[in-house]
Amino acid sequence: MAKRIDINGLNAYYGDFKAIEDISMSVEPKSVTAFIGPSGCGKSTFLRTLNRMHEVASGGRVEGEVLLDGENLYGPGVDPVAVRRVVGMVFQRPNPFPTMSIYDNVAAGLKLNGGVKKSDLDGVVEESLKGANLWNEVKDRLNKPGSGLSGGQQQRLCIARAIAVQPQVLLMDEPCSALDPISTLAIEDLMAKLKDQFTIVIVTHNMQQAARVSDRTAFFNLAGVGQPGRLIEVDDTQKIFSNPAVQATEDYISGRFG
Amino acid sequence: MTATTMTPADRADHLGIHQPRLPKWGPAVIAAGSAAVAIAIGLVAGLQSKIQWGLIAAILFVIGQYVIASRVEGRRQAKDRLATALVWVAFLLAVVPLASLIYETIARGIKVLNGYFLTHSMNGVVTIQPGGGVYHALLGTIEQVAIATLIAAPIGLLTAIYLVEYGKGKLAKAVTFFVDVMTGIPSIVAGLFILSVWIMMLGFGYSGFAGSLALAILMMPTVVRSTEEMLKLVPNELREASYALGVPKWKTILKVVLPTSIGGITTGVMLSIARITGETAPLLLLVFGNPMINNNPFEGAQASLPLYIYEQWANGNEASYDRAWAAALVLIAFVMILNLVARGIARWKSPKTGR
Repeated sequence: MAKRIDINGLNAYYGDFKAIEDISMSVEPKSVTAFIGPSGCGKSTFLRTLNRMHEVASGGRVEGEVLLDGENLYGPGVDPVAVRRVVGMVFQRPNPFPTMSIYDNVAAGLKLNGGVKKSDLDGVVEESLKGANLWNEVKDRLNKPGSGLSGGQQQRLCIARAIAVQPQVLLMDEPCSALDPISTLAIEDLMAKLKDQFTIVIVTHNMQQAARVSDRTAFFNLAGVGQPGRLIEVDDTQKIFSNPAVQATEDYISGRFG
Repeated sequence: MTATTMTPADRADHLGIHQPRLPKWGPAVIAAGSAAVAIAIGLVAGLQSKIQWGLIAAILFVIGQYVIASRVEGRRQAKDRLATALVWVAFLLAVVPLASLIYETIARGIKVLNGYFLTHSMNGVVTIQPGGGVYHALLGTIEQVAIATLIAAPIGLLTAIYLVEYGKGKLAKAVTFFVDVMTGIPSIVAGLFILSVWIMMLGFGYSGFAGSLALAILMMPTVVRSTEEMLKLVPNELREASYALGVPKWKTILKVVLPTSIGGITTGVMLSIARITGETAPLLLLVFGNPMINNNPFEGAQASLPLYIYEQWANGNEASYDRAWAAALVLIAFVMILNLVARGIARWKSPKTGR
């Protein structure tokens, strides 16, 4: 059920400002693809164009095409809301819904979109929490508010919430940057497990993390201040970290730059 | 001084980090002293008003403490004490009138406030005699405020949702501008507007409903403003989290944004209700006042608590004064209960953080 993503000539704008320019690449199904690069180079913007979240920001617009198994997400007649049900997202800071219990947070996507029987919900919630390696920690307090969990648990709750709607692709925007090493490890283990089921794209500033979890890595960079971000190269993670094709990638990875 | 006799304080003094401080009871003593001096000045100068005594004491306290502190502790500490003293004086200036108002209302109002007063109207009561009650006015106030709320709260809420979630460009700016203008409408003008449109142009008679229309005009902008602020407080991340689950925008607003801010919104609506409950001027023009019970807010003159207080006071005799104070007490209690209910709802509905 995991899908392949092909991006062709993608530009993204905030109003008149061009944030990323002419990106073309492919994301393989059932694998983890990492985006690395210096701050402000458009990694997150690019990630958000993959489930049409970019246009939620004011002035956000996109040119080019994103093909999900051959279907253009920016084609005519495509409903962005429906796209987001297929391509889920986990954010940098854990953001469980504060008014909802742990159970309701996980069930939120299904409940709010409707069409799911109450009796089926229990199973989905349990499966999703197990999938996010959180079930054992919260099974006795499913009715307590989600905001009472620790940061790492909250982030796993958000992952459970995202996978509960059964997306094809899971986008993660620096999911571990607000977490301690142990919670980070828990989420990295989770990614390794989830890639059997989903296509995962992760933005990270932590190069060791990219090397540990991803199968393929894309390096982004800016030509200069005020210039749009560009894709420098994308390849197998092993190759990027051992023998990159472009000098800038090597400089960035070895810490000589950015 | 030899090393053996040096105390820890002496040693620390080499660093210059020890400063003389006023003792803990210092401010209290200065306060008591300034009060005593103020009373003495008041008696000697023959000042009648206790308020003047209090003001003299406050000024003496602020100046006295600054002078003493700057002598003993140095300028920085003295400034700190000056700021603290000013905060305390401002606090007292705000609280004393409030406390005395409540004390006065309770002391004078409790005299005739009883079950009879709450359950009877002024029908057939001779104004110079004791008796009669406030039932018709309380009923009128509840009906008028309820109708005004039913009109103003939904419109205000939807306007705020439009402004925060959807509004862009000229229309949103125009709406914001007109809401600001509406905030500044004097209540009598709102009353005159409804009088000219509803009663004079359209030919309807005096009624509680006409008063409700004017109250709704006064209530709407405050509801919009407070709701807007509360909606802006909802973090954008929550909206994005909901969108990322494939939830449509309207459902995100309904199920995520509003529940998150419902506590604050309720408080805002309740405060604006409290505000219009005390309005008198438009009701004078539109509801007219009525000594008898009129259950129907849509037809005929009604009474209301602020109007009742005004009428009783205008009667100008002892029995009416008592009724006016008792009605004022009922009005304050009514608003207070509303506020407590709002607090309760806000606490009950607001996001919980417990484990």
